[in-house]
Order: sequence, then structure tokens, then C-alpha cells
Amino acid sequence: MTYTVAALLGVVGAVLADLFVLRTRLVRRVVFWATYPIIIVFQLLSNGILTGRHIVIYDPAAIIGWRIAFAPVEDLFFGFAMVLLTLSVWVWLGRRGVQREPRAGEGSALLRLLRARSSDRAARGRVGEG
Amino acid sequence: MGHLAYLLVLAGCLVCALWLEPVLKVNVLRRGRRLLLTLLPVVVVFVLWDLAAIAAGHWTFDPEQTTGILLPGGLPLDEVLFFVVVPVCAVLGFEAVRAVLRRPAGDGDE
Repeated sequence: MTYTVAALLGVVGAVLADLFVLRTRLVRRVVFWATYPIIIVFQLLSNGILTGRHIVIYDPAAIIGWRIAFAPVEDLFFGFAMVLLTLSVWVWLGRRGVQREPRAGEGSALLRLLRARSSDRAARGRVGEG
Repeated sequence: MGHLAYLLVLAGCLVCALWLEPVLKVNVLRRGRRLLLTLLPVVVVFVLWDLAAIAAGHWTFDPEQTTGILLPGGLPLDEVLFFVVVPVCAVLGFEAVRAVLRRPAGDGDE
């Protein structure tokens, strides 16, 4: 089996786990697709260094040969499978009641400040309209 | 960068993600048990994949730019750490997006 086939099977396996095994259905959620583009930027950066500096070397016979930022395109599928499986297990554990608390953002002064400002703006907007 | 090259890339990933814990209070490290339980299956699955890929010759590692510590099956320690660091960064990023967007993820938040 080539890396190309293995990577595609990895994506299929992770999606099936998300949809039917763990039933977290992250691929149908906005919050997952809002996170993934951020992760992919950092993946292209770190993977670009690992492959561009030849820290990891690929057998040309195992890959299709398309490269993005030095890395074989297969790495994007490998990364997607790993990230989806990780987040799916994380959410599944939370759904089963494992350490739901403290929730993300709880106790963040920065988030409180940003929210206070945006609600101020909204309030001013309403007065202006009146 | 020498033998630490691979580890420095991983350190770079951590630097880019770990600030989310104190600044946005994503509370991922504070939920350490859930994080460890998440890492367990991911590390197992991807170490197995890595071992199979190494055995099949899909990829090799530059011994001059990795620690040189090899686990059974020719698996560099650097790779195992990759399967720990990247998922930790992914969860930190995911929880940061949740903290900002406040959209449901389905773990009892709906």
C-alpha cells in the first residue's frame, strides 16, 4: 500500500469514527471547521520545515508527488485524520462526563473585557438608532 | 540545529499554542485527565501507522537532525513526541475557538 492510499484510508477511518463510532459528528459542526483552517496554517509551517530541511524524507514511490510547502499532499490527509480523531475523542470524553469543567474561557479577563466592549458598542448602536 | 532540529520544530508548535492556556483560559491543561485519555488512543493509532509506514519504507528520518533515540521498530522518539505535541496543540486551538465563538461542540454544551 502506498502512503497515498494509507492517508486516504486514514481520513475515511477518522470520519467514520467521528460520525458512527464516537458519534461526535464534528465534521457537521461550525466549531470544527472554524478551528481546522487555523490548524492547517501551523501544520503547513511545521511540516514545511520538517520536509523542506529533509528531517523527514519520503520514498518517491510511496507518494503521488504533489507537494504543498515542501510537504507531500498526503501529509495534509494524515494531519486531518490525526486532528479529527483527537478532537472527536476529546469531545466524546466530555460528552461522557469526563472533566467538562472548567469550560474553555472560564475565568479569562481578556475575554470578559472583549465581551464588555462589544456589548457596549451594541448598546451605543441601539441608542444612536433611536 | 543538529540533532535537536525535529524537537525544535515541536517546541515551536508548543510555543504557538500554549499561551492560549493562561491568556484565553482555555482550561485544557487544567483538564489533564481528559487530555491524557484523549492522547492515549491517538498515540496508539498513529504510532502503529508510523511503524507500518517505516516498515514499508514510506518515509525515513535524517539521523543527523533527530535525537537518535530509536524505539523498537526503528521509531524515533521525536515521532512519538510529535503524536503528543500536535494533538495537544489541536485541542488548545479547538477550545480557544470555542471560547471565542461560543458555538456548541456536543460535549454537554447544548
